[in-house]
Amino acid sequence: MTVLGIAGPGDPLANPGKTFKTFELIAKTAPDIKLCLSTNGLALPDHVDTIKAFNVDHVTITINMVDPEIGQHIYPWIYYKNKRYTGIEAARILTERQLLGLEMLTAAGVLAKINSVMIPGINDKHLVEVNRAVKSRGAFLHNIMPLISAPEHGTVFGLNGQRGPSAQELKVLQDSCEGEMNMMRHCRQCRADAVGLLGEDRSAEFTTEKIDEMSEVVYDAETRKAYQELVEAERLEKVAAKDAALADMSDEGMSDIKIMIAVATKGQGRVNEHFGHATEFQIYEVGTAGSKFVGHRRVDLYCQGGYGEEETLPSVVRAINDCHAVFVAKIGGCPRDELKQAGIDPVDRFAHEFIGQSAISYFKEYLARVRSREIVHTVRGDADIRQGAYISAA
Amino acid sequence: MAYKIVASQCTGCSACEPECPNVAIREKNGVFIIDPKKCTECMGHFDEPQCVAVCPVDLTCVIDNAFPRYQVPA
Ligand code: SF4
Ligand code: SF4
Repeated sequence: MTVLGIAGPGDPLANPGKTFKTFELIAKTAPDIKLCLSTNGLALPDHVDTIKAFNVDHVTITINMVDPEIGQHIYPWIYYKNKRYTGIEAARILTERQLLGLEMLTAAGVLAKINSVMIPGINDKHLVEVNRAVKSRGAFLHNIMPLISAPEHGTVFGLNGQRGPSAQELKVLQDSCEGEMNMMRHCRQCRADAVGLLGEDRSAEFTTEKIDEMSEVVYDAETRKAYQELVEAERLEKVAAKDAALADMSDEGMSDIKIMIAVATKGQGRVNEHFGHATEFQIYEVGTAGSKFVGHRRVDLYCQGGYGEEETLPSVVRAINDCHAVFVAKIGGCPRDELKQAGIDPVDRFAHEFIGQSAISYFKEYLARVRSREIVHTVRGDADIRQGAYISAA
Repeated sequence: MAYKIVASQCTGCSACEPECPNVAIREKNGVFIIDPKKCTECMGHFDEPQCVAVCPVDLTCVIDNAFPRYQVPA
């Protein structure tokens, strides 16, 4: 673990005592662990000094609107200064506090990252304005994520049938904000919306008893440093491989064609997961300009040991239906045929290769086949978004 | 009277616990409970009972009629 984030339950700054106590203990035991904090921003202005004092690496503020007219449809009420506020007044206080908090973080030199939940029909168009507002106040990243609304989550939006955005709607919005600032499609530091990285929700592993046990572990700075160096070396190798593949392509001439590729990966930037074991696909968009990570798609495990396989494949197809190909380390014959039928090319020849490089070489071949008229380029349909991590609108 | 938490509705979110001015709220078996002997209905502290104001589930922190109304000590 190199980054520790506190995100909940509820808002960490609603219970600042506990949150900062945790930071204090960690700073003592493992001084090189980066601390980060996730908040709705309501109490943020009161705590910027403490956050600065603890050397918190970055603070994530969830900002879903900067206009109380819109905010009143997102937040039914807030609890602020020992009172409950509702409606437009609640949203007005919230947005003032959030933006003030952001300005104070910037002034204090603490990195601020903004998360926004895209709620179709409520704040989807407005998020471009949010993007502008947070950028001008010094946020270093803006991450727009889809509303995950399943009735079983019991949230307001899940219950009243508010739908989440489709993959295409999300991407259009992210692209329209991208010119304005750094858009984050995936945080490499920590996704402070769920414990653990990519896929697995590891909250269950971090029960109080386990954390007590963990604190017994002697903190070993040397091993950690070696590990960090290894990670950095891997990263450089990856970048070099991708650059080489790109340079190779530049003499092929430019084209407007772009395709999306789903990748089954366990991490390390490689195509290294079996199709049947993937609970999540990483989605890359590739064109002559290079490859770009655009998001994750959660799926149900395809291999569940004998049952349910017929039902899960269509849901996997729906989740990656906007992709031309899916890169896997391995894939069985049955799903391979069905994917082909759905128009998605199952590719296992890049097993254990770097993703960026593989995506570019696949794209080169694809382009060559289009140019030789062996195949006709078509734009694929839309896809469903489902994530494991529960993301609340608050 | 004191306030009480309807256990079947409480999500155990812990939002109320740090807000109570009398430290009357604590966890028990995954949900939160109010000690009626400590609860002052927030009288003298705040205009609204804090647990009611902060609880995300409506009608979860409610008046407990089993106790007489809190009297501000003379
Ligand atoms: S009414 Fe006030 S004093 Fe009583 S439990 Fe709730 S917060 Fe505490
Ligand atoms: S705020 Fe409400 S739901 Fe949360 S712990 Fe207290 S009583 Fe339970």
